[in-house]
Parts: sequence; C-alpha cells; structure tokens
Amino acid sequence: MVDSQQNVKKDRPVYRNIGLAQLIKYRLPWAGKVSILHRISGAALFLMLPFLLYLLDQSLASELSYQKFQAITGHMLVKIICLGLIWCFLHHFCAGIRYLLLDLEIGVEKVDANRSAIFVFCLGLALTAVVGLKLFGLY
Amino acid sequence: MPIYQIGPKRLVVGAHYGLKEWIIQRATAIVMVVFTIVLLVDYCITGSATYEGWSALFSNQFMKLLTLLAFISLFYHAWIGIRDIWMDYIKPVSIRLTLQVLTVLYLVACAAYAVQILWKV
Repeated sequence: MVDSQQNVKKDRPVYRNIGLAQLIKYRLPWAGKVSILHRISGAALFLMLPFLLYLLDQSLASELSYQKFQAITGHMLVKIICLGLIWCFLHHFCAGIRYLLLDLEIGVEKVDANRSAIFVFCLGLALTAVVGLKLFGLY
Repeated sequence: MPIYQIGPKRLVVGAHYGLKEWIIQRATAIVMVVFTIVLLVDYCITGSATYEGWSALFSNQFMKLLTLLAFISLFYHAWIGIRDIWMDYIKPVSIRLTLQVLTVLYLVACAAYAVQILWKV
C-alpha cells in the first residue's frame, strides 16, 4: 500500500520554475483558457491603442481624412489586423461580463462555470464571424 | 491620514489598494459596456456609415462627454490590467517599476490624444 502510493508520487511530473516548453503541455480547463485569453486580448488591445486612436482620429477629423480612413481600412492586411482586434474586443467584452456575473455569485458552481466559459469562448468567435463577414463585405 | 498599524511591530500596508483597484476595474468596465451599447444603438438607428452621420454623433456635446468618460475608464481599466500583468510576470523590482512608469506615461499620452480627437470634431 505504502509502496504503491510512493510509486504514484514518483510518476507525477514535478514542475518548478516552469518554462514555456512545460506551459504548452498544460491542459487548462475551459475557464482557464478563457481567462488567459482574456489577459492576452486585453494586452493586445492595450498595445494597439495608438493605432485604434489613429483610426478614430482619421474617421472623425474631416471629410478628407474620412476617405483616408476608408482607404487604410480597405487594405487586406489592415483588415486582418482589425479582425484580430475585433476578436480581442469581443472576447474581452464577453469574458468580462462573465466575470462581473461571477462577482455577483451568479454561476459559480463548477458545472455552470465550465459551461459559461465554453459559451463565452464560442460567443466571442461567433460575434467575430458576424462582424468579420461584414468587414470583408460578404453581406 | 490613518495609520495601518496593528500592534507594536506589524505595519499593515497594501490591502486597501487592492480592493480599491478591484472595484475601479469593475466600475470602469460597466461604463465601457454602457458606451458600447450606446454606439450599437446608434448604429442600429442610423444604419449607414457616412462621414456626416459619424461626425454628427460626436459633435454632440453629451456624446463627447460620454465618450471621454468611456476613454478615461478605458485607460484606468487598462492601467489596472497591465499593472497586474507586470506584477504577475516581472519579478525584479527595477524592471517592473520601469515598465509600470512607462505604462502610465503611455496611457496619459493616449488620453491626451483622445481629448484632441474628440474636441476637433
């Protein structure tokens, strides 16, 4: 009995000062995936703030700059970057509302929390698809 | 100025900052949700995307102030979030403080730019 317990303990990997190689092997639950994506999407939006403000500036300054704004956002590369940022915003938005509800102790049970994490992840992707189809002029 | 001293030796610091920032992060999030809904409703009503409609929306004084509030909320919210990232991953104090100071400067510059954009319209 004692021996088998020790064997089990020995077989478990021990992680100290985890590095990137080990992080990739981690299998996070859905809530964990949504959480780290919340952080990554927030950081991406933060880094792209000057670009987003520049686009707002161009879209508002004058009729002429509005045309420039349309030309900039007409580029395929810019569209792809924008689509990425739109996903960042929508995921951050949906996951953020989930956190606000969790703070109010709504859906904190393990099963509910897992379900809402999957829902929020899919909703972010679905809304991105809706906006993306519009962005690429498919409707 | 309250003194957070418990007993003769233990000085309690820090805890009250955490709660304050935690609440501000949520309050600013709600402001941004409201602003997003306002933009969405406007888009649903006006429908088309023209310069006239878009600039008219922001030339309204009430919308200007609401947008500014949303922007200030955004920058404060971003400060708390990015500060958390630095605190989680960057352990050497000198590097962390440098990054935090740069973050504040970056966000203040963004805020100035946002004001400039809004009051040009």
